[in-house]
Amino acid sequence: MPIHTHIDMSKEMIRVTDLHKAFGDNEVLRGIDLIVHKGENVVVLGRSGTGKSVLIKVIAGLLKPDRGTVFVLDEEVERLNHTQLRALRLKIGFSFQSSALYDSMTVRENLEFPLVRNSNVRRKEINMRVEEALEAVGLSKAISQMPSELSGGQRKRIGIARTLIMRPLLMLYDEPTAGLDPITCIEINDLINEVQERYHTSSIIITHDLTCAKATADRVAMLLDGQFAKEGSFEEVFDTDDERIISFYHYNFIT
Amino acid sequence: MDYFTAELLNMKYVVSKNVDAFFTIIYDVAVFILRFFKEAFKPPFEFGEIIRQCYQVGYRSLALISMTGFITGFVFTKQSRPSLAEFGATSWLPSLVAIAIIRALAPLVTALICAGKVGSGIGAELGSMKVTEQIDAIEVSGVNSFNYLVVSRVWATTLMIPLLMCYTAFMAMMGAFLDITLNEQTSFSIFLTNAFSKITFLDFTSSVIRSIVFGFTIGIVGSYQGYNTSQGTQGVGKAANMSVVISMFLIFIEEILIVQIVNYIRVA
Ligand SMILES: Nc1ncnc2c1ncn2[C@@H]1O[C@H](COP(=O)(O)OP(=O)(O)OP(=O)(O)O)[C@@H](O)[C@H]1O
Ligand SMILES: [Mg+2]
Repeated sequence: MPIHTHIDMSKEMIRVTDLHKAFGDNEVLRGIDLIVHKGENVVVLGRSGTGKSVLIKVIAGLLKPDRGTVFVLDEEVERLNHTQLRALRLKIGFSFQSSALYDSMTVRENLEFPLVRNSNVRRKEINMRVEEALEAVGLSKAISQMPSELSGGQRKRIGIARTLIMRPLLMLYDEPTAGLDPITCIEINDLINEVQERYHTSSIIITHDLTCAKATADRVAMLLDGQFAKEGSFEEVFDTDDERIISFYHYNFIT
Repeated sequence: MDYFTAELLNMKYVVSKNVDAFFTIIYDVAVFILRFFKEAFKPPFEFGEIIRQCYQVGYRSLALISMTGFITGFVFTKQSRPSLAEFGATSWLPSLVAIAIIRALAPLVTALICAGKVGSGIGAELGSMKVTEQIDAIEVSGVNSFNYLVVSRVWATTLMIPLLMCYTAFMAMMGAFLDITLNEQTSFSIFLTNAFSKITFLDFTSSVIRSIVFGFTIGIVGSYQGYNTSQGTQGVGKAANMSVVISMFLIFIEEILIVQIVNYIRVA
Protein backbone atom coordinates (compact mmCIF):
# COMPACT_ATOMS: atom_id res chain seq x y z
CA MET A 1 0.00 0.00 0.00
CA PRO A 2 1.23 3.47 -0.79
CA ILE A 3 1.60 5.89 2.06
CA HIS A 4 0.05 9.16 1.00
CA THR A 5 0.63 11.70 3.70
CA HIS A 6 -1.48 14.53 2.40
CA ILE A 7 -4.96 13.08 2.58
CA ASP A 8 -7.44 15.58 3.95
CA MET A 9 -10.73 13.79 4.60
CA SER A 10 -12.55 17.05 5.30
CA LYS A 11 -12.22 18.29 1.72
CA GLU A 12 -14.07 16.70 -1.22
CA MET A 13 -12.48 17.11 -4.64
CA ILE A 14 -15.06 15.02 -6.51
CA ARG A 15 -18.56 14.05 -5.48
CA VAL A 16 -20.63 11.87 -7.79
CA THR A 17 -24.19 11.10 -6.74
CA ASP A 18 -26.56 8.56 -8.28
CA LEU A 19 -24.99 8.79 -11.72
CA HIS A 20 -26.75 7.08 -14.61
CA LYS A 21 -25.58 6.87 -18.20
CA ALA A 22 -26.92 4.79 -21.06
CA PHE A 23 -26.14 4.58 -24.77
CA GLY A 24 -29.40 3.59 -26.41
CA ASP A 25 -30.51 0.37 -24.76
CA ASN A 26 -27.10 -0.21 -23.26
CA GLU A 27 -27.37 0.94 -19.64
CA VAL A 28 -23.74 1.40 -18.76
CA LEU A 29 -23.78 3.22 -15.41
CA ARG A 30 -26.70 2.55 -13.07
CA GLY A 31 -26.38 4.64 -9.95
CA ILE A 32 -22.77 5.46 -9.16
CA ASP A 33 -21.83 7.21 -5.92
CA LEU A 34 -18.24 8.25 -5.45
CA ILE A 35 -16.30 10.73 -3.35
CA VAL A 36 -12.63 11.58 -3.78
CA HIS A 37 -10.99 13.46 -0.92
CA LYS A 38 -8.10 15.84 -1.16
CA GLY A 39 -4.83 14.01 -1.66
CA GLU A 40 -6.48 10.64 -2.10
CA ASN A 41 -5.88 8.00 -4.79
CA VAL A 42 -9.09 6.16 -5.61
CA VAL A 43 -8.75 3.14 -7.87
CA VAL A 44 -11.77 2.06 -9.89
CA LEU A 45 -11.54 -1.61 -10.80
CA GLY A 46 -13.74 -3.40 -13.26
CA ARG A 47 -13.83 -5.68 -16.23
CA SER A 48 -13.53 -4.46 -19.78
CA GLY A 49 -16.68 -2.74 -20.99
CA THR A 50 -18.18 -2.03 -17.57
CA GLY A 51 -18.12 1.72 -18.14
CA LYS A 52 -14.95 2.82 -16.37
CA SER A 53 -13.91 5.14 -19.17
CA VAL A 54 -17.44 6.45 -19.43
CA LEU A 55 -17.35 7.33 -15.72
CA ILE A 56 -14.30 9.57 -15.92
CA LYS A 57 -15.44 11.09 -19.19
CA VAL A 58 -18.60 12.17 -17.42
CA ILE A 59 -16.51 13.58 -14.58
CA ALA A 60 -14.43 15.59 -17.06
CA GLY A 61 -17.59 16.83 -18.78
CA LEU A 62 -16.87 15.03 -22.06
CA LEU A 63 -20.13 13.08 -21.75
CA LYS A 64 -23.39 14.24 -20.25
CA PRO A 65 -24.97 12.14 -17.50
CA ASP A 66 -28.57 10.98 -17.99
CA ARG A 67 -29.31 11.32 -14.30
CA GLY A 68 -27.44 12.23 -11.15
CA THR A 69 -25.01 14.97 -10.27
CA VAL A 70 -21.27 15.41 -10.60
CA PHE A 71 -19.44 18.00 -8.51
CA VAL A 72 -15.80 18.65 -9.27
CA LEU A 73 -13.94 21.12 -7.05
CA ASP A 74 -17.31 22.25 -5.71
CA GLU A 75 -18.76 23.06 -9.12
CA GLU A 76 -21.54 21.12 -10.78
CA VAL A 77 -20.07 20.10 -14.12
CA GLU A 78 -23.34 19.95 -16.04
CA ARG A 79 -24.32 23.50 -15.10
CA LEU A 80 -21.16 25.14 -16.35
CA ASN A 81 -21.09 26.99 -19.66
CA HIS A 82 -18.28 26.39 -22.17
CA THR A 83 -15.97 29.00 -20.72
CA GLN A 84 -16.46 27.89 -17.13
CA LEU A 85 -16.02 24.26 -18.11
CA ARG A 86 -12.71 25.05 -19.81
CA ALA A 87 -11.53 26.93 -16.76
CA LEU A 88 -12.38 23.93 -14.59
CA ARG A 89 -10.63 21.53 -16.95
CA LEU A 90 -7.39 23.43 -16.55
CA LYS A 91 -7.35 22.08 -13.00
CA ILE A 92 -7.91 18.50 -14.15
CA GLY A 93 -5.25 16.29 -15.72
CA PHE A 94 -6.70 13.57 -17.95
CA SER A 95 -4.45 10.71 -19.01
CA PHE A 96 -6.17 8.83 -21.83
CA GLN A 97 -6.37 5.09 -22.27
CA SER A 98 -4.90 5.51 -25.76
CA SER A 99 -2.52 8.30 -24.61
CA ALA A 100 -4.11 10.51 -27.30
CA LEU A 101 -0.92 12.39 -28.10
CA TYR A 102 -1.29 14.90 -30.96
CA ASP A 103 0.49 13.00 -33.69
CA SER A 104 1.19 16.01 -35.89
CA MET A 105 3.19 17.67 -33.11
CA THR A 106 6.51 16.96 -31.42
CA VAL A 107 6.63 15.98 -27.76
CA ARG A 108 7.50 19.57 -26.83
CA GLU A 109 4.54 20.96 -28.78
CA ASN A 110 2.27 18.34 -27.24
CA LEU A 111 3.25 19.48 -23.79
CA GLU A 112 3.11 23.21 -24.33
CA PHE A 113 -0.14 23.12 -26.33
CA PRO A 114 -2.50 24.06 -23.47
CA LEU A 115 0.00 26.42 -21.89
CA VAL A 116 0.54 28.50 -25.03
CA ARG A 117 -3.21 28.96 -25.44
CA ASN A 118 -4.58 29.27 -21.97
CA SER A 119 -2.40 31.68 -20.14
CA ASN A 120 0.02 34.47 -20.72
CA VAL A 121 2.92 32.55 -19.32
CA ARG A 122 6.24 33.74 -20.70
CA ARG A 123 8.34 31.65 -23.05
CA LYS A 124 11.03 31.06 -20.46
CA GLU A 125 8.52 29.79 -17.93
CA ILE A 126 6.94 27.50 -20.57
CA ASN A 127 10.30 25.94 -21.42
CA MET A 128 11.01 25.47 -17.76
CA ARG A 129 7.70 23.73 -17.15
CA VAL A 130 8.13 21.47 -20.19
CA GLU A 131 11.55 20.40 -18.98
CA GLU A 132 10.29 19.89 -15.45
CA ALA A 133 7.35 17.73 -16.57
CA LEU A 134 9.53 15.62 -18.85
CA GLU A 135 12.04 15.19 -16.08
CA ALA A 136 9.26 14.11 -13.72
CA VAL A 137 8.33 11.26 -16.09
CA GLY A 138 11.97 10.47 -16.86
CA LEU A 139 11.87 11.24 -20.57
CA SER A 140 13.84 14.47 -20.93
CA LYS A 141 15.62 13.16 -24.02
CA ALA A 142 12.40 12.66 -26.00
CA ILE A 143 11.63 16.37 -26.17
CA SER A 144 11.93 16.78 -29.94
CA GLN A 145 10.65 13.38 -31.01
CA MET A 146 7.32 12.73 -32.70
CA PRO A 147 4.74 10.53 -30.90
CA SER A 148 5.02 7.90 -33.65
CA GLU A 149 8.65 7.38 -32.67
CA LEU A 150 7.78 6.45 -29.08
CA SER A 151 6.88 3.11 -27.53
CA GLY A 152 3.52 2.52 -25.86
CA GLY A 153 4.97 2.98 -22.38
CA GLN A 154 6.77 6.16 -23.39
CA ARG A 155 3.56 7.53 -24.86
CA LYS A 156 1.76 6.88 -21.59
CA ARG A 157 4.47 8.81 -19.75
CA ILE A 158 4.35 11.71 -22.19
CA GLY A 159 0.57 11.70 -21.81
CA ILE A 160 1.01 12.04 -18.06
CA ALA A 161 3.67 14.73 -18.49
CA ARG A 162 1.28 16.65 -20.74
CA THR A 163 -1.28 16.78 -17.96
CA LEU A 164 1.29 17.83 -15.35
CA ILE A 165 2.20 20.92 -17.30
CA MET A 166 -0.89 22.82 -16.10
CA ARG A 167 -0.20 21.83 -12.48
CA PRO A 168 -3.57 20.11 -12.01
CA LEU A 169 -5.24 19.57 -8.65
CA LEU A 170 -6.92 16.43 -9.88
CA MET A 171 -5.64 13.57 -11.99
CA LEU A 172 -7.80 11.12 -13.93
CA TYR A 173 -5.85 8.13 -15.19
CA ASP A 174 -7.59 5.83 -17.68
CA GLU A 175 -5.83 2.45 -17.69
CA PRO A 176 -2.33 3.82 -17.14
CA THR A 177 -0.73 0.36 -17.30
CA ALA A 178 -2.86 -1.41 -19.91
CA GLY A 179 -0.81 -3.23 -22.52
CA LEU A 180 2.54 -2.65 -20.83
CA ASP A 181 5.07 -5.22 -19.63
CA PRO A 182 5.23 -5.88 -15.85
CA ILE A 183 8.39 -3.84 -15.26
CA THR A 184 7.06 -0.82 -17.13
CA CYS A 185 3.84 -1.23 -15.15
CA ILE A 186 5.74 -0.94 -11.90
CA GLU A 187 7.53 2.14 -13.21
CA ILE A 188 4.20 3.75 -14.12
CA ASN A 189 2.77 2.88 -10.68
CA ASP A 190 5.79 4.54 -9.06
CA LEU A 191 5.30 7.52 -11.33
CA ILE A 192 1.67 7.87 -10.24
CA ASN A 193 2.73 7.82 -6.59
CA GLU A 194 5.54 10.29 -7.26
CA VAL A 195 3.16 12.68 -8.99
CA GLN A 196 0.92 12.40 -5.94
CA GLU A 197 3.72 13.28 -3.54
CA ARG A 198 5.27 15.96 -5.67
CA TYR A 199 2.17 17.86 -6.82
CA HIS A 200 -0.24 16.97 -4.00
CA THR A 201 -2.87 15.87 -6.50
CA SER A 202 -5.96 13.78 -5.87
CA SER A 203 -6.58 11.03 -8.40
CA ILE A 204 -8.97 8.55 -9.87
CA ILE A 205 -7.08 5.63 -11.37
CA ILE A 206 -9.01 3.33 -13.64
CA THR A 207 -7.60 -0.08 -14.20
CA HIS A 208 -8.21 -3.79 -14.37
CA ASP A 209 -4.65 -4.51 -13.30
CA LEU A 210 -4.55 -5.59 -9.64
CA THR A 211 -0.82 -4.93 -9.25
CA CYS A 212 -1.39 -1.36 -10.27
CA ALA A 213 -4.38 -1.08 -7.97
CA LYS A 214 -2.49 -2.46 -5.01
CA ALA A 215 0.49 -0.20 -5.58
CA THR A 216 -1.39 3.05 -5.96
CA ALA A 217 -4.71 2.84 -4.14
CA ASP A 218 -5.68 4.51 -0.91
CA ARG A 219 -9.13 3.20 -1.62
CA VAL A 220 -10.54 0.76 -4.18
CA ALA A 221 -13.99 0.76 -5.71
CA MET A 222 -15.13 -2.30 -7.61
CA LEU A 223 -17.41 -1.55 -10.58
CA LEU A 224 -19.78 -4.40 -11.46
CA ASP A 225 -22.87 -4.17 -13.65
CA GLY A 226 -22.95 -0.41 -13.58
CA GLN A 227 -22.64 0.01 -9.84
CA PHE A 228 -19.95 -0.06 -7.19
CA ALA A 229 -20.29 -3.53 -5.70
CA LYS A 230 -17.73 -2.93 -2.99
CA GLU A 231 -15.56 -0.10 -1.75
CA GLY A 232 -12.69 0.10 0.74
CA SER A 233 -9.01 -0.71 1.04
CA PHE A 234 -7.58 -3.24 -1.40
CA GLU A 235 -7.66 -6.01 1.22
CA GLU A 236 -11.21 -5.16 2.30
CA VAL A 237 -12.56 -5.28 -1.23
CA PHE A 238 -11.15 -8.72 -1.96
CA ASP A 239 -12.05 -10.16 1.45
CA THR A 240 -15.48 -11.15 0.24
CA ASP A 241 -17.64 -14.06 -0.85
CA ASP A 242 -19.08 -12.26 -3.88
CA GLU A 243 -18.40 -14.72 -6.71
CA ARG A 244 -17.89 -11.99 -9.24
CA ILE A 245 -15.18 -10.24 -7.23
CA ILE A 246 -13.41 -13.49 -6.42
CA SER A 247 -13.30 -14.54 -10.05
CA PHE A 248 -12.03 -11.09 -11.04
CA TYR A 249 -9.22 -11.57 -8.53
CA HIS A 250 -8.27 -15.03 -9.72
CA TYR A 251 -8.38 -14.42 -13.44
CA ASN A 252 -6.20 -11.37 -13.02
CA PHE A 253 -3.35 -13.51 -11.76
CA ILE A 254 -3.82 -16.38 -14.18
CA THR A 255 -3.74 -14.36 -17.37
CA MET B 1 -53.92 -8.00 -40.50
CA ASP B 2 -53.07 -9.41 -43.89
CA TYR B 3 -49.62 -9.62 -45.33
CA PHE B 4 -50.07 -6.59 -47.55
CA THR B 5 -51.06 -4.21 -44.75
CA ALA B 6 -48.24 -5.48 -42.62
CA GLU B 7 -45.76 -4.83 -45.42
CA LEU B 8 -47.22 -1.38 -45.93
CA LEU B 9 -46.95 -0.51 -42.24
CA ASN B 10 -43.40 -1.78 -42.18
CA MET B 11 -42.58 0.34 -45.20
CA LYS B 12 -44.12 3.35 -43.57
CA TYR B 13 -41.94 2.71 -40.53
CA VAL B 14 -38.77 2.38 -42.60
CA VAL B 15 -39.54 5.49 -44.62
CA SER B 16 -40.40 7.61 -41.61
CA LYS B 17 -37.26 6.43 -39.84
CA ASN B 18 -35.13 7.45 -42.80
CA VAL B 19 -36.91 10.77 -43.16
CA ASP B 20 -36.30 11.39 -39.45
CA ALA B 21 -32.64 10.57 -39.86
CA PHE B 22 -32.43 12.91 -42.84
CA PHE B 23 -33.89 15.85 -40.95
CA THR B 24 -31.74 15.12 -37.93
CA ILE B 25 -28.67 15.44 -40.12
CA ILE B 26 -29.93 18.68 -41.66
CA TYR B 27 -30.49 20.03 -38.17
CA ASP B 28 -27.06 18.91 -37.00
CA VAL B 29 -25.37 20.52 -39.99
CA ALA B 30 -27.29 23.75 -39.45
CA VAL B 31 -26.16 23.84 -35.83
CA PHE B 32 -22.59 23.13 -36.96
CA ILE B 33 -22.66 26.02 -39.45
CA LEU B 34 -24.19 28.41 -36.92
CA ARG B 35 -21.51 27.44 -34.44
CA PHE B 36 -18.89 28.26 -37.07
CA PHE B 37 -20.27 31.76 -37.56
CA LYS B 38 -20.54 32.26 -33.83
CA GLU B 39 -16.93 31.36 -33.23
CA ALA B 40 -15.28 32.50 -36.47
CA PHE B 41 -15.30 36.19 -35.59
CA LYS B 42 -14.65 35.83 -31.87
CA PRO B 43 -11.26 35.79 -30.15
CA PRO B 44 -9.09 33.90 -29.47
CA PHE B 45 -8.08 33.78 -33.13
CA GLU B 46 -5.83 30.90 -34.07
CA PHE B 47 -3.86 32.88 -36.67
CA GLY B 48 -0.94 30.48 -36.64
CA GLU B 49 -3.21 27.54 -37.26
CA ILE B 50 -5.18 29.36 -40.00
CA ILE B 51 -1.97 30.14 -41.86
CA ARG B 52 -0.73 26.57 -41.45
CA GLN B 53 -4.03 25.28 -42.85
CA CYS B 54 -3.93 27.73 -45.79
CA TYR B 55 -0.49 26.39 -46.60
CA GLN B 56 -1.84 22.84 -46.38
CA VAL B 57 -4.69 23.62 -48.78
CA GLY B 58 -2.28 25.08 -51.33
CA TYR B 59 0.34 22.41 -50.81
CA ARG B 60 -2.11 19.54 -51.19
CA SER B 61 -3.68 20.77 -54.41
CA LEU B 62 -1.13 22.90 -56.27
CA ALA B 63 0.52 20.21 -58.42
CA LEU B 64 -2.75 18.68 -59.49
CA ILE B 65 -4.36 22.05 -60.17
CA SER B 66 -1.42 23.26 -62.26
CA MET B 67 -1.58 20.20 -64.46
CA THR B 68 -5.34 20.02 -64.76
CA GLY B 69 -5.67 23.75 -65.40
CA PHE B 70 -3.05 23.76 -68.13
CA ILE B 71 -4.40 20.67 -69.86
CA THR B 72 -8.01 21.88 -69.64
CA GLY B 73 -7.09 25.15 -71.36
CA PHE B 74 -5.00 23.39 -74.00
CA VAL B 75 -7.52 20.68 -74.85
CA PHE B 76 -10.53 22.98 -74.72
CA THR B 77 -8.88 25.30 -77.25
CA LYS B 78 -7.86 22.45 -79.48
CA GLN B 79 -11.35 20.94 -79.49
CA SER B 80 -13.09 24.27 -80.09
CA ARG B 81 -10.99 25.20 -83.11
CA PRO B 82 -12.69 23.00 -85.76
CA SER B 83 -16.19 24.36 -85.13
CA LEU B 84 -14.96 27.97 -85.27
CA ALA B 85 -12.86 27.21 -88.33
CA GLU B 86 -16.01 26.19 -90.19
CA PHE B 87 -17.12 29.83 -90.01
CA GLY B 88 -13.61 31.11 -90.58
CA ALA B 89 -13.76 32.59 -87.12
CA THR B 90 -10.63 31.18 -85.46
CA SER B 91 -9.64 34.73 -84.51
CA TRP B 92 -12.42 34.59 -81.95
CA LEU B 93 -10.78 31.65 -80.28
CA PRO B 94 -8.93 33.61 -77.54
CA SER B 95 -12.02 35.45 -76.33
CA LEU B 96 -14.22 32.37 -76.54
CA VAL B 97 -11.74 30.34 -74.54
CA ALA B 98 -11.25 33.14 -71.98
CA ILE B 99 -14.98 33.37 -71.39
CA ALA B 100 -15.31 29.62 -70.96
CA ILE B 101 -12.36 29.45 -68.59
CA ILE B 102 -13.16 32.41 -66.39
CA ARG B 103 -16.91 32.03 -66.27
CA ALA B 104 -17.16 28.27 -65.97
CA LEU B 105 -14.13 26.05 -66.09
CA ALA B 106 -11.73 27.58 -63.56
CA PRO B 107 -14.12 27.77 -60.58
CA LEU B 108 -15.56 24.33 -61.20
CA VAL B 109 -12.28 22.54 -61.90
CA THR B 110 -10.66 24.11 -58.83
CA ALA B 111 -13.57 23.30 -56.56
CA LEU B 112 -13.87 19.70 -57.70
CA ILE B 113 -10.16 19.02 -57.39
CA CYS B 114 -10.05 20.61 -53.95
CA ALA B 115 -13.12 18.67 -52.86
CA GLY B 116 -11.18 15.54 -53.77
CA LYS B 117 -7.78 16.46 -52.37
CA VAL B 118 -8.47 18.93 -49.58
CA GLY B 119 -11.96 17.87 -48.46
CA SER B 120 -11.01 14.24 -48.06
CA GLY B 121 -7.84 15.30 -46.28
CA ILE B 122 -9.78 17.34 -43.73
CA GLY B 123 -12.31 14.56 -43.22
CA ALA B 124 -9.63 11.93 -42.67
CA GLU B 125 -7.46 14.12 -40.46
CA LEU B 126 -10.22 15.25 -38.11
CA GLY B 127 -11.78 11.78 -38.22
CA SER B 128 -8.63 10.09 -37.02
CA MET B 129 -8.14 12.75 -34.35
CA LYS B 130 -11.65 12.02 -33.19
CA VAL B 131 -11.37 8.24 -32.98
CA THR B 132 -7.96 8.36 -31.28
CA GLU B 133 -9.42 10.71 -28.64
CA GLN B 134 -7.16 13.60 -29.66
CA ILE B 135 -10.17 15.91 -29.92
CA ASP B 136 -11.21 14.92 -26.41
CA ALA B 137 -7.64 15.56 -25.31
CA ILE B 138 -7.78 19.09 -26.73
CA GLU B 139 -11.06 19.70 -24.92
CA VAL B 140 -9.84 18.46 -21.53
CA SER B 141 -6.75 20.62 -21.80
CA GLY B 142 -9.13 23.58 -21.71
CA VAL B 143 -8.78 24.53 -25.39
CA ASN B 144 -11.80 25.02 -27.64
CA SER B 145 -11.34 22.19 -30.15
CA PHE B 146 -13.98 23.55 -32.51
CA ASN B 147 -12.20 26.87 -32.77
CA TYR B 148 -8.76 25.32 -33.04
CA LEU B 149 -9.62 22.60 -35.58
CA VAL B 150 -12.78 23.51 -37.46
CA VAL B 151 -12.79 27.30 -37.62
CA SER B 152 -9.18 27.42 -38.80
CA ARG B 153 -9.80 24.87 -41.54
CA VAL B 154 -12.98 26.48 -42.82
CA TRP B 155 -11.27 29.89 -42.92
CA ALA B 156 -8.41 28.33 -44.84
CA THR B 157 -10.53 26.71 -47.55
CA THR B 158 -12.76 29.79 -47.87
CA LEU B 159 -9.77 32.06 -48.39
CA MET B 160 -7.61 29.76 -50.47
CA ILE B 161 -10.01 28.35 -53.03
CA PRO B 162 -10.70 31.75 -54.67
CA LEU B 163 -6.93 32.29 -54.90
CA LEU B 164 -6.41 28.85 -56.35
CA MET B 165 -9.25 29.53 -58.81
CA CYS B 166 -7.33 32.57 -60.14
CA TYR B 167 -4.26 30.40 -60.43
CA THR B 168 -6.18 27.69 -62.30
CA ALA B 169 -7.54 30.34 -64.68
CA PHE B 170 -4.01 31.56 -65.28
CA MET B 171 -2.71 28.07 -65.98
CA ALA B 172 -5.63 27.32 -68.29
CA MET B 173 -4.98 30.53 -70.23
CA MET B 174 -1.37 29.46 -70.60
CA GLY B 175 -2.53 26.13 -71.97
CA ALA B 176 -4.84 27.91 -74.38
CA PHE B 177 -2.09 30.27 -75.47
CA LEU B 178 0.26 27.37 -76.17
CA ASP B 179 -2.23 25.80 -78.53
CA ILE B 180 -3.14 29.09 -80.21
CA THR B 181 0.44 30.20 -80.73
CA LEU B 182 1.31 26.81 -82.18
CA ASN B 183 -1.55 26.97 -84.68
CA GLU B 184 -2.22 30.64 -85.43
CA GLN B 185 1.21 32.06 -84.47
CA THR B 186 -0.54 34.74 -82.40
CA SER B 187 1.77 36.79 -80.16
CA PHE B 188 1.21 36.80 -76.42
CA SER B 189 0.12 40.45 -76.23
CA ILE B 190 -2.43 40.09 -79.02
CA PHE B 191 -3.69 36.88 -77.41
CA LEU B 192 -4.19 38.70 -74.09
CA THR B 193 -5.89 41.73 -75.65
CA ASN B 194 -8.27 39.47 -77.55
CA ALA B 195 -8.87 37.19 -74.62
CA PHE B 196 -9.88 39.89 -72.19
CA SER B 197 -11.88 42.00 -74.64
CA LYS B 198 -15.09 40.19 -73.76
CA ILE B 199 -14.51 39.54 -70.03
CA THR B 200 -16.48 41.82 -67.74
CA PHE B 201 -16.05 42.67 -64.10
CA LEU B 202 -19.22 40.71 -63.36
CA ASP B 203 -17.72 37.56 -64.92
CA PHE B 204 -14.74 37.77 -62.65
CA THR B 205 -16.58 38.66 -59.42
CA SER B 206 -19.17 35.98 -60.02
CA SER B 207 -16.41 33.39 -60.26
CA VAL B 208 -14.70 34.67 -57.14
CA ILE B 209 -17.95 34.62 -55.19
CA ARG B 210 -18.72 31.11 -56.37
CA SER B 211 -15.24 30.02 -55.32
CA ILE B 212 -15.75 31.50 -51.88
CA VAL B 213 -18.98 29.53 -51.54
CA PHE B 214 -17.31 26.36 -52.82
CA GLY B 215 -14.40 26.82 -50.45
CA PHE B 216 -16.71 27.28 -47.50
CA THR B 217 -18.67 24.19 -48.55
CA ILE B 218 -15.55 22.02 -48.81
CA GLY B 219 -14.29 23.18 -45.41
CA ILE B 220 -17.60 22.77 -43.61
CA VAL B 221 -18.47 19.39 -45.13
CA GLY B 222 -15.00 17.92 -44.48
CA SER B 223 -14.91 19.27 -40.93
CA TYR B 224 -18.44 18.12 -40.14
CA GLN B 225 -17.73 14.60 -41.37
CA GLY B 226 -14.41 14.41 -39.53
CA TYR B 227 -15.49 16.06 -36.30
CA ASN B 228 -18.50 13.74 -35.98
CA THR B 229 -16.75 10.51 -36.92
CA SER B 230 -17.71 7.42 -34.98
CA GLN B 231 -17.14 3.67 -35.35
CA GLY B 232 -13.36 3.73 -35.04
CA THR B 233 -10.93 3.42 -37.90
CA GLN B 234 -13.64 2.31 -40.28
CA GLY B 235 -15.39 5.61 -39.66
CA VAL B 236 -12.31 7.57 -40.75
CA GLY B 237 -12.42 6.14 -44.25
CA LYS B 238 -16.13 6.80 -44.40
CA ALA B 239 -15.63 10.40 -43.25
CA ALA B 240 -13.04 11.02 -45.96
CA ASN B 241 -15.21 9.43 -48.58
CA MET B 242 -18.41 11.20 -47.61
CA SER B 243 -16.59 14.55 -47.50
CA VAL B 244 -15.78 14.22 -51.18
CA VAL B 245 -19.14 12.88 -52.32
CA ILE B 246 -21.24 15.41 -50.40
CA SER B 247 -19.15 18.46 -51.21
CA MET B 248 -19.07 17.61 -54.92
CA PHE B 249 -22.83 17.18 -54.92
CA LEU B 250 -23.33 20.52 -53.13
CA ILE B 251 -20.85 22.27 -55.43
CA PHE B 252 -22.90 21.29 -58.49
CA ILE B 253 -26.11 22.51 -56.89
CA GLU B 254 -24.54 25.80 -55.81
CA GLU B 255 -23.04 26.24 -59.27
CA ILE B 256 -26.43 25.93 -60.92
CA LEU B 257 -28.11 28.28 -58.44
CA ILE B 258 -25.47 30.99 -58.57
CA VAL B 259 -25.20 30.90 -62.35
CA GLN B 260 -28.97 31.39 -62.57
CA ILE B 261 -28.78 34.41 -60.28
CA VAL B 262 -25.83 35.93 -62.13
CA ASN B 263 -27.49 35.46 -65.51
CA TYR B 264 -30.54 37.20 -64.13
CA ILE B 265 -28.36 40.14 -63.03
CA ARG B 266 -26.53 40.16 -66.37
CA VAL B 267 -29.79 40.59 -68.31
CA ALA B 268 -31.28 43.14 -65.92
N1 LIG C 1 -19.66 7.06 -27.31
C1 LIG C 1 -20.26 5.88 -27.10
N2 LIG C 1 -21.35 5.55 -27.82
C2 LIG C 1 -21.97 4.37 -27.59
N3 LIG C 1 -21.60 3.47 -26.69
C3 LIG C 1 -20.53 3.74 -25.94
C4 LIG C 1 -19.79 4.97 -26.10
N4 LIG C 1 -18.78 4.96 -25.22
C5 LIG C 1 -18.87 3.81 -24.54
N5 LIG C 1 -19.92 3.07 -24.96
C6 LIG C 1 -20.33 1.77 -24.42
O1 LIG C 1 -20.24 1.82 -23.01
C7 LIG C 1 -19.73 0.63 -22.49
C8 LIG C 1 -18.59 0.91 -21.56
O2 LIG C 1 -17.51 1.47 -22.27
P1 LIG C 1 -16.17 1.94 -21.57
O3 LIG C 1 -15.27 2.44 -22.63
O4 LIG C 1 -16.47 2.85 -20.45
O5 LIG C 1 -15.61 0.56 -20.98
P2 LIG C 1 -14.36 0.38 -20.04
O6 LIG C 1 -14.86 -0.07 -18.73
O7 LIG C 1 -13.51 1.59 -20.06
O8 LIG C 1 -13.62 -0.84 -20.75
P3 LIG C 1 -12.07 -1.03 -21.09
O9 LIG C 1 -11.45 -1.60 -19.88
O10 LIG C 1 -12.08 -2.01 -22.21
O11 LIG C 1 -11.53 0.30 -21.48
C9 LIG C 1 -19.37 -0.24 -23.68
O12 LIG C 1 -20.34 -1.24 -23.79
C10 LIG C 1 -19.40 0.67 -24.87
O13 LIG C 1 -19.92 -0.01 -25.95
MG1 LIG D 1 -11.78 2.17 -20.94
